[in-house]
Amino acid sequence: MDDLLADFLTETSEGLVALDSALVRLERNPDDKATLSEVFRIVHTVKGTCGFLGLSRLEKVAHAGENLLGRWRDATLKVTPAGISLVLASIDRIRLIVAGLEAKGEEPAGDDAAVIAALNAAADGEAPPVAEAAEPSAEPAMAETEPAAAPGAPQTIRVSVEVLEGLMMLVSELVLTRNQLLQLARSEDNQAFAVPLQRLSHITTDLQEGVMKTRMQPIGNAWAKLPRLVRDLGHELGKKISLEMKGAETELDRQVLELIKDPLTHMVRNSGDHGLENPADRRASGKSETGRVMLNAYHEGGHIVIEIADDGRGLPLAKIKAKALAQGMTTEAELAGMSERDILRFIFRPGFSTAAQVTAVSGRGVGMDVVKTNMERIGGTIEVRSQEGKGTAFIIKIPLTLAIVSALIVESGGERFAVPQIGVVELVRAGGEGAPQLERIKDALVLRLRDRLLPVVSLARLLRLDTTAREDSGFVIVTQVGAHVFGIIVDRVFDTEEIVVKPVAPILRHVTMFSGNTILGDGSVIMILDPNGIARASGVGGEAAPENDTEARPTGGMGVAEKTSLLLFRAGDATPKAVPLGLVARLEDVERARIETAGGRPLVQYRGRLMPLVPLNPMWSPDMAAERQPVLVFSDGDRAMGLVVDEILDVVEEHLTIDPAGERPGFLGSLVINQRVTEVVDTSWWLRQGGEDWFGSGAATRAGAARRVLLVEDSAFFRNLVVPALTAAGYAVTAVPHAREALKLREAGLGFDIVVSDIEMPEIDGLALARTLREGGPWRDLPLIALTGKAAPDDVTAGRLAGFTDYVAKFDRDALLASLRQCLSTPLGA
Amino acid sequence: MQQALNASGRAAPPPPMADEATDMFLTLTVADQLCGVPVLTVRDVLGHHSITRIPLAPPEVAGSLNLRGRIVTAIDLRLRLGLPPRDPATQAMSVVVEREVELYSLLADAVGDVLPLPQAQRAANPPTLDPLWREVSTGVHRLGDRLVVLLDVERILAIG
Repeated sequence: MDDLLADFLTETSEGLVALDSALVRLERNPDDKATLSEVFRIVHTVKGTCGFLGLSRLEKVAHAGENLLGRWRDATLKVTPAGISLVLASIDRIRLIVAGLEAKGEEPAGDDAAVIAALNAAADGEAPPVAEAAEPSAEPAMAETEPAAAPGAPQTIRVSVEVLEGLMMLVSELVLTRNQLLQLARSEDNQAFAVPLQRLSHITTDLQEGVMKTRMQPIGNAWAKLPRLVRDLGHELGKKISLEMKGAETELDRQVLELIKDPLTHMVRNSGDHGLENPADRRASGKSETGRVMLNAYHEGGHIVIEIADDGRGLPLAKIKAKALAQGMTTEAELAGMSERDILRFIFRPGFSTAAQVTAVSGRGVGMDVVKTNMERIGGTIEVRSQEGKGTAFIIKIPLTLAIVSALIVESGGERFAVPQIGVVELVRAGGEGAPQLERIKDALVLRLRDRLLPVVSLARLLRLDTTAREDSGFVIVTQVGAHVFGIIVDRVFDTEEIVVKPVAPILRHVTMFSGNTILGDGSVIMILDPNGIARASGVGGEAAPENDTEARPTGGMGVAEKTSLLLFRAGDATPKAVPLGLVARLEDVERARIETAGGRPLVQYRGRLMPLVPLNPMWSPDMAAERQPVLVFSDGDRAMGLVVDEILDVVEEHLTIDPAGERPGFLGSLVINQRVTEVVDTSWWLRQGGEDWFGSGAATRAGAARRVLLVEDSAFFRNLVVPALTAAGYAVTAVPHAREALKLREAGLGFDIVVSDIEMPEIDGLALARTLREGGPWRDLPLIALTGKAAPDDVTAGRLAGFTDYVAKFDRDALLASLRQCLSTPLGA
Repeated sequence: MQQALNASGRAAPPPPMADEATDMFLTLTVADQLCGVPVLTVRDVLGHHSITRIPLAPPEVAGSLNLRGRIVTAIDLRLRLGLPPRDPATQAMSVVVEREVELYSLLADAVGDVLPLPQAQRAANPPTLDPLWREVSTGVHRLGDRLVVLLDVERILAIG
């Protein structure tokens, strides 16, 4: 591409950005002569240059636009919104052609007759045809071009982004080398070097700041498209919206700017679509018809704060509560204890949208959770404030730059790590004399800090480092991720250092605990911890989406918030299979020679008895068995069944978010583990294949002795797991998916010996069910066992208060059986 | 598979001279086994280097090291090839290779010479070779009374 063309492209791109805003201004203020002249001038320039460069297609479109604008300028025609729409459409077309020009170096082929005809008609004073002219053609979407400098800024030169990136990289290296030199100088007492080194250090810092400045861009660049967007939005939704922007000149790193552009656009769109009421509603509530969307940006500390506010209807608290309950994100009891702020934060959960209907504008499945995740990825936070009837405000706080950050160097389990200081709230020495004390609630570490209990995670434990170190003392890095404050316990804290964040090698990208790595002053490589990753991995950040699953959950999928140990194996086809580890009694390698056949069924003598073998692969036969055939043993008491598989792969901790799409006999569905689709085995189905008598009631000697158990569990997945486990133990199990149905059974006069209930269920949760049962009626004195993923001390207490006899963690099959035995043998209240 | 039997010289005629560089291999020893990596993939050979362990990384990943300001991910060939871990008292050598602008170091027990190992004299993997080795090896070369297993760097780095 020759220089002339390149200059034309840059200039035109700048002009087009200015045109959008100017046209919207003109529409609001049709008599604004100055704006009209500006618009005319830009279009005229484009046209003129096109002619000069021989770009005939562009010239024709620009010429038609200029015609209409000329009539307006000469005041022979009046500026109308319809006319503005036409001009905007022609600008879009110009943009499209420019984009093609940029990509290929020549004008793309295409037909602009419709646009030109519409413009000419309007210029002739005819009513413009309906917005057809504005229909996008099937040409490639345009690529946005950044203006390299603010228009009208004095004395600027254009520098390509690559040059700046290159400079930044060199400065990063220089900073590292400087750090290395300083480190060396500290250990050597050589006065001769000290002074020039000091000078070098200062210059490096200045240079770093200078180069950083070149990467800074006013946030207004990310806002340039918003006036147009809001205008179109208003037209589309029949709302009157005014967009107010403050602090557009506030600068931030272009890398950060790029990353927040889309989330910002999304949020402004949301404010206009969901936040603002339509004019009639606004009038009815005594507001001016025109809704306001306000953007405000300013610097605060090393951060930039961006506020996106509207004066609309505010977030409906009651609706959020109802929705959170319906989606099983919380319980009535939990809601009762929540502050308004906490309730509002539900909107950041994956899959949460209160919009009653999905409009063309928003509600396309990209929710606030994605916005939040994007912000957190760059070390930012997002807060929401809302007042019903008054409006909503989102406050985003993001770091100014990502390339060079100040970090705390810490040691844990004999290894050093860098913790970016941005998330660090304070540093506490814990466990010493007079210092705040670390305490333990069951397995959870907490720090009592100024009347507050802070959850603490052990870095050594989280990273599976040498955990022989004592955990009752050390340094606690108090960290904030979003609204969550938690502590990370480390053994030692060294120093702070300016570090250059480098991405980790692709083969390590799946380790989400690190945001990158860097080289320290002493030349050693060090991993940079990602507080967000740590919060997610340790379950501190309650809103975190399951890993590898930032998208909304598939509808109809069964989801559980807690992680479960899954045994991964291969059998038959290449698709990995998974089964909850808690259900598997043992893993065995059975020698091929020991596999026998009886009545056409493979068997093996196992612990003095015959154990039926059920192959997961229907093609399997004993003579195909491996030398040492891997078998998953499911057992109960003295009976056992062996599931024949090809290969045991791994044990992983995963969220059980099962997509029922892959459901088929023997499999509950699929989920993604380590980026591979994995089928979840329906254990009960396979147990049934092991022989009809597996569930037989003949074994009166078994623990259950046909005692009647009512299981209340909303997740089909857990029902499928618990029912076979209990049936296998000889209990007669009735399972219902709702507390409501359980109560129906009570009214129908059915009798049970014991009730096992899940805690988190929609509508009536386990606690409410327990309270209802204890209030009176035939089941008043039945033992009640709570089955839950959350067994924190507070939950246990709440459960006991509600009337539960015992509290058992989900999947802990043995504990559940033990609890059943115990509850059934001890009369209640004894 | 047939080539495995007639490695002694009845194979196809040698390729043109232009391919000579591609026939040069750096030999290295991993648990007494002689291996070769194409010399064109090698960026550097380093002696002992301090390596930072990376928690939660795959076991084959020994850690990362600093090569003149660049961060290099070290892969322990012994673990990658399913061999017993190195005696902690001995120090590993690093063979630095590049893949998609990232640098990786292959940790070997010792690094030998650069040798021409012409394609013509190369034998395919014997069918009895351990599947793990077959996966990462492009063939076997006879060198005097020893065998050199030629490693495919791309496949060695295909971890996780």
